[in-house]
Amino acid sequence: MSPNTLEAPLSETAERRAVTGVIGATPDPKWVIVTRGIKREYDMGGEVVRALRGVDVAIARNEYVAIMGPSGSGKSTLMNIIGCLDTPNAGEYWLNGQMVSTMSDDALARVRNKEIGFVFQTFNLLPRATALHNVELPLVYAGVSSDERKRRAKQALEKVQLDNRMDHRPNELSGGQRQRVAIARALVNDPSMLLADEPTGNLDSSTSEEIMRVFENLATTGQTVVMVTHEPDIAAHARRVVVLRDGLLSTDETREAYVARLGHGLPAV
Amino acid sequence: MSFLQAVWLAWDTIRVQKLKSFFTVIGVTIGVTFLIAVVSIVGGMSRYMEDDLVGKLIAVNSFSLRARPDFQVGDATQAQRNEWRRRPRILATDIPPVAASLPPGILWAVESSDNLKVESPFGSPRRTQCSTVSLDWFTIKKMGVSQGRLMNAQEYAAGTPVVVIGQDVADHFFPNLNPIGRELRIQSIPYMVVGVADKQGSVFGQSLDKFVIAPERAPLNRWVNPHGVVDAMIVQGQDDASMREAIEAARATMRARRHLHPSQHDNFELETSDNALEFWNKTKSYLTMAGIALPTVGLVVGAIVIMNIMLVAVAERTREIGIRKSLGARRKDILNQFLVESATLATLGAALGVGLGIGFAKLIAAVSPLPAAVEIWSIFLGVGVGAGVGMIAGIYPASRAALLDPITAMRAET
Repeated sequence: MSPNTLEAPLSETAERRAVTGVIGATPDPKWVIVTRGIKREYDMGGEVVRALRGVDVAIARNEYVAIMGPSGSGKSTLMNIIGCLDTPNAGEYWLNGQMVSTMSDDALARVRNKEIGFVFQTFNLLPRATALHNVELPLVYAGVSSDERKRRAKQALEKVQLDNRMDHRPNELSGGQRQRVAIARALVNDPSMLLADEPTGNLDSSTSEEIMRVFENLATTGQTVVMVTHEPDIAAHARRVVVLRDGLLSTDETREAYVARLGHGLPAV
Repeated sequence: MSFLQAVWLAWDTIRVQKLKSFFTVIGVTIGVTFLIAVVSIVGGMSRYMEDDLVGKLIAVNSFSLRARPDFQVGDATQAQRNEWRRRPRILATDIPPVAASLPPGILWAVESSDNLKVESPFGSPRRTQCSTVSLDWFTIKKMGVSQGRLMNAQEYAAGTPVVVIGQDVADHFFPNLNPIGRELRIQSIPYMVVGVADKQGSVFGQSLDKFVIAPERAPLNRWVNPHGVVDAMIVQGQDDASMREAIEAARATMRARRHLHPSQHDNFELETSDNALEFWNKTKSYLTMAGIALPTVGLVVGAIVIMNIMLVAVAERTREIGIRKSLGARRKDILNQFLVESATLATLGAALGVGLGIGFAKLIAAVSPLPAAVEIWSIFLGVGVGAGVGMIAGIYPASRAALLDPITAMRAET
């Protein structure tokens, strides 16, 4: 880890060191995400790309974290691993007290279904399905009964103020509305964390603000939110900002520290 | 995801692309159509042959002793035909010894027939099949009368010129008249009609009600056969076993009378309903083979088409698969989704084929003398085969879908 050149280091650093440092130990339940020395390499036609070179991150329940980094920094790889879409070559990943880095594909599918709510840049809604049906999907794979699914999907849509658009298909909704459907879908199975990948990347600035307000509300009500972005002003909405560079953690600081650094005209990433 | 949900999802996918789905399953539909049509027609012919045709023409548990086969077995060689032609005829003098050799309780009768000119004052002259029979003939044939009476024992003994006629003969020669007691001329000799036989129906569009029957000693006897010769002796056992026993008794007597050496074949025919059905059974096995082989080709082609279309569907929906996986779909869920979709598609195609096949069979039955009987099991078979073809065709595309990596799949440009 490169030295943090700024004041106001993350207040809990010692505590985080303690939880990420001990290989093999089950973390305290307060930690949703704990990674220990995560490495990920890709074989790109004979050339080995080292996307992650040993990342230690600990994210506690109710935190609202932005993961930043330029392209090639490994933030997408980290997000895939945190999202249980990929597994590391080395290191441990504990999600909500479960060691997921060695799980099989199907076990990972289970974990994605139960523990993670995804929000993607391109919304990733099923185009032929209504908003309600899209929101129901995670519950279908969780084996929830049809009536219960409808009830919970409606509830989730109410949370994002889209209960009046339930029967619309994605192409009948605006970008912001689509992203709110995606957020409702992410929340419907009550996940341990909301994992957003460039959630405002396809939205104009006012709609981005609208989505950020939704995230802010969720964070306030105690939802753990992890957001991957390359836009500093979007990252500045989070309470904590983690910056990756060349497959390693570069900075890990509070919003205040991050904003202060931005305000000082220092390089954002 | 439950099976029903998967079927529902499949139905939804098929519904939004009706035309494409239709073309996808057309091979299976055609295959099943022919399967059902052939099974129905073969089944119908079979039932017809076994119950109606043979049942009507040959009485139950009976056989006939005759010079040559009455029911031509289809693939007789020229040599065989020549041999049949050279055979001696059955003589009236053969009958008493054969009858004496039969086990007790067996009914028998003789019959001789020819097409002769029949006339009446009420209808145009017509050549009609005229037969002379002996006493128990009507009992063996289980033939009764709808009007009048059968010939009695005195008439048989005396050879009285009386006749029992078929319904069509009655309608033709005595239109709108009661034929009983009226005169019918056969080769210019007058006979009195004493009865009209029960309606016998038809086989292959040929009426079975065009006949005139007289007692064996009636003057008609001179016309149907040379003196001392009969066409056939028909014998009926109480059951199959006693019929077999009677056949062997008749065979032994006839061989002895004709002084046949053990190495020589019978130069007479002992014909049972099995002989009559032999040709049909052969034909049926060919028809059944063709009926299975041809639709199989259709089904194999259909399966390949479905497999291709499902591969395209998996490619088109790579992104959907990625999304579903990211939301927690396991390999099994994706595999099932595509398998069920493929099977549902093929089953719908097969169901369509069953409908068309039944229609086709009925159409053939309507416009040709071929009968059709739709077998319930063939419907289940057709739909089952369709579902099976869909499953098999779906395995490869579905497993490709199931093994997709969610990250790559979600990035797919579709």
